[in-house]
Amino acid sequence: MSRSRGFEVIIGLEVHAQLLTRSKMFCGCPTTFGAAPNSQTCPICQGMPGVLPVVNRRAIELAVRSALALDCRINPGCRFARKHYYYPDMPKNFQISQYEEPLAEDGWLEIEVDETTKRVGIQRLHLEEDVGKLVHEGAFETAQASLVDYNRSGVPLMETVSKPDIRSPEEAAAYLKAFRAVLVSLGVCDGNMEEGSLRCDANISLRPRGASELGTKVEIKNMNSFRNVKAALEYEVGRQAKALAAGERIVQETRLWEAERGYTRSMRSKEYAHDYRYFPEPDLVPLRLDPAWVDGIRAALPELPRATRQRFIDAYQLPAYDAEVLTQSRALADYYEEVVKALTAGRAPSAALPALGEPAKIASNWVMSELLRELPADDEAAIRSSRVPPQNLAALVMLIADGTISGKIAKDVFKKMFETGESAGTIVEREGLTQVADEGELLAVVDRVIAENPKAVEDFRKGKAAAAKALVGQVMKATRGKANPALANRLVEERLRAV
Amino acid sequence: MISRQDVEHVARLARLALTDAEKERMEAELSSILEYIDKLRALDVEGVEPTSHAVPLVNVMRDDEVRPCLPAGAMLANAPDRAGDSVRVPRIIED
Repeated sequence: MSRSRGFEVIIGLEVHAQLLTRSKMFCGCPTTFGAAPNSQTCPICQGMPGVLPVVNRRAIELAVRSALALDCRINPGCRFARKHYYYPDMPKNFQISQYEEPLAEDGWLEIEVDETTKRVGIQRLHLEEDVGKLVHEGAFETAQASLVDYNRSGVPLMETVSKPDIRSPEEAAAYLKAFRAVLVSLGVCDGNMEEGSLRCDANISLRPRGASELGTKVEIKNMNSFRNVKAALEYEVGRQAKALAAGERIVQETRLWEAERGYTRSMRSKEYAHDYRYFPEPDLVPLRLDPAWVDGIRAALPELPRATRQRFIDAYQLPAYDAEVLTQSRALADYYEEVVKALTAGRAPSAALPALGEPAKIASNWVMSELLRELPADDEAAIRSSRVPPQNLAALVMLIADGTISGKIAKDVFKKMFETGESAGTIVEREGLTQVADEGELLAVVDRVIAENPKAVEDFRKGKAAAAKALVGQVMKATRGKANPALANRLVEERLRAV
Repeated sequence: MISRQDVEHVARLARLALTDAEKERMEAELSSILEYIDKLRALDVEGVEPTSHAVPLVNVMRDDEVRPCLPAGAMLANAPDRAGDSVRVPRIIED
């Protein structure tokens, strides 16, 4: 609040998402990330004279799927347009996009900030082609040339423009997070912000509280993570509030977020006037989407993250935080449910399981802390790469529940399962990690420890309860952590009283 | 009517460097083209959908299949300058 100096913050986000197609938007070049520069182009995406682009049906399908999930109205007809600008990232000097007739309009996305939910409106959703990638040769300050790789030019991009309904940098980050979760769970985009599969620009303006007119807006670019979106917008709120409070005017411009230096800087382009001279793309005939096809896509929509999240809270009594983390991707949510199923169904749940807690919460703890710690990400590819299938994780939890291993050792076992793909049982058996729960066996250790530590015994007699704990610690050490802790506790206490 | 400023604006957007004589010529030529198009305004187009395509075709789409690309060398042969596999262009930093 202090940062905004009492001004109301108005934010709208534009998100560009690369669609998960095999080939480009208008030609058959592959979309694979990381290929050698300029190895994935053809006369069509290079814009050679006389070529004919043709729309990728799969890209339309993925965009329709997204639009339906965001409750947008699918326009009965839509058209492509040429957006003209001169910049070396596009060899043909225009980008094929959509202008007056986008694929879909007027939807919404639900976000949650500080346990309050709100709807952020979606103004429009349209398709376009991505552009090439420019890298400065050498350091930014001294660069004499830029290097261009056109592999990305022509890759299908879906642009989604929110309404100016976002009121704080926190809400902006929450919107982007919720948006990513929807796309990832739909299988429409891999959501990888580092590789640029998901990119975000923001329009931000401030106005006096209660004013009905919008202030002058500034466009912020170059924010490639949730953290950067929040940080860049926080910086910009402060910058604009300070200027407005001092009676200065805000200049309408585009600013770049400098993540390492923590500020936005003006692109200071004199002619950043958006004079794109759109006109209908003559080489692409209009689309009139068959309502039956759209209905088929609607019928095949998976459960969306918000709905899954609520179901996890209702059905498994999970805390909201757990439900949020576990529903960041469909694959993760499915993994979690498989673990719960394995713990509760089939053979009757171990009688000892309730002693550990609710199976649903135990499963959540293991997936969130152990599995996600080892996995590189939470998307489908990462989950699929896990060498610990859900049934194996459930089997590991069962080994704790029935007293075979301690919770502490189970964490080490999990790491080994993740590395080797072996089952918990195999690792526990080979490495002799089975908990010593045999009373007679453990008693011998307890007696030895007591005999070797006369001082601790003496302390205990003088009324120092902590001395017993120290002896239990010695027992655990002597058994390399394999003693059943509850049993060790009881035996030490019994022996001390008997001595 | 097309003014001198209009000609300069459009020329700059198209990255064309025009001499004063060329600007004068463009001013006259573009104006007469627009005058000609103005004649269309006289037509009654009430109820006529704006036409973007003259052919009665919709929904031309292709399956999502990968096809062979140009070899990188062939594509780079068109570039005035290159560095390794990249096209090299003059410094473009907006400042």
